[in-house]
Amino acid sequence: MGGPHGHQLHFHGHSPVHRAPAHLKVLALLAFMLVVVATPRGWYPLYGVHLAVLLAVIVLSRVPPAYLVKRMVVEIPFVFFAILLPFVATGPRTEFLGLTVSESGLHAGAALLAKATLGVLASLALAATTEPQDLLAGLARLRMPALLVQIMGFMVRYLEVVTDELRRMRIARESRGFTARNPRHWPILARSFGALFIRSFERGERVHLAMLSRGYTGKMPT
Amino acid sequence: MHVPDGFLDAPTSVATGVVAAGVVATSLRKARAELDDRTAPLAGLVAAFIFATQMLNFPVAGGTSGHLMGGAIAAVLVGPWTGLLATAVVFLVQSLLFADGGITALGTNVLLMGAVTVAVGWGVFRAVQTVLPKTTAMVPIAAGIGAFASVPVASVAFVGLYAVGGTADIPLDNLTTAMVGVHLLIGVGEGIITFLAVGSVIAVRPDLVHGARRVLEARELEVRTTRAAA
Repeated sequence: MGGPHGHQLHFHGHSPVHRAPAHLKVLALLAFMLVVVATPRGWYPLYGVHLAVLLAVIVLSRVPPAYLVKRMVVEIPFVFFAILLPFVATGPRTEFLGLTVSESGLHAGAALLAKATLGVLASLALAATTEPQDLLAGLARLRMPALLVQIMGFMVRYLEVVTDELRRMRIARESRGFTARNPRHWPILARSFGALFIRSFERGERVHLAMLSRGYTGKMPT
Repeated sequence: MHVPDGFLDAPTSVATGVVAAGVVATSLRKARAELDDRTAPLAGLVAAFIFATQMLNFPVAGGTSGHLMGGAIAAVLVGPWTGLLATAVVFLVQSLLFADGGITALGTNVLLMGAVTVAVGWGVFRAVQTVLPKTTAMVPIAAGIGAFASVPVASVAFVGLYAVGGTADIPLDNLTTAMVGVHLLIGVGEGIITFLAVGSVIAVRPDLVHGARRVLEARELEVRTTRAAA
């Protein structure tokens, strides 16, 4: 693996947000989101302030807004849930857009939508401006246990190798005319799953032996 | 599906975060007993594997599909502590690098989809294993039953957390019925896929399956003689 590898969400740049130390960015994200989550529902102007702060950071990072908006699809299931809330919650009823809905459900749904959106956007901003290696170093500085940092490091490092292996298996299946359409095809997919596990585990063993032969004693050389 | 920010209130989120940190710290110690100095590379590769398998979609019907939650199968394949550690790292990476699951909901996600599914999956697996005959053919069955049980129990745990720190007044009995009903169905899928997948690993490398170790130790060497071809 030559050269620095970006992960899927990283947007290369040299803005002040990109250059900020990763451990500060993680702490800032955590603090920001705790404040957002603790904001009582109904305090809508305050959500506007949160959004303004977040947008200011994003403008400063010079990551194109379209880049972030496209990646906000992970939130969609919860948008449905938030829209459902006014109809399933109990309590006094109120009129909204000509529909009779639960008042508390309406506020809870709006608050959930606001918080989840702010959360996804803030996490995207961190992911878009932070290289995985910097993030790992930042988490180590935040006193995350060294073993946990190592495990996360190996996961990040081999993520694309393993997902690529899965992709090659899919291409192999499809080039033989197989498309999974219904549960009768599960045994074949499950065999891919099993094969992927064996390959990943054996790769882990090989990596471990390679590390031992280079003098690994349980700590990563710095 | 990952819990996003804002689903549970701030005190509950902080409390689940603290409990999850404690659980992860314990599993860090215990995983070393399962893997010794191979812990870092192997747990890391297992975490990458779990992440990848969440991209492997199993078609259900009418264009819908689902993927494994994976807590129970991870426990059976690599042992409960390593499995827990790997799933926790998956949630951490998904939250920080993929914006999947809120950072304030990280503790909730690690507890519900990591700790609960691993603990229930492994507990039921071991319980079923003591009842069934001690053969390698029974390991996938026990794993499937454990995986089936892990999903509705996790949904009940979610309802419990929601009762404490939920942000909307949904009648709890309705929520429980809906959540458990849906997750019983998801659990059936999880159970069947786990059964099939563990079966395919057992067929090739039974020695890699942590949950099969007792069975393999009890197995005696068989010498089968065949008549020489004339």
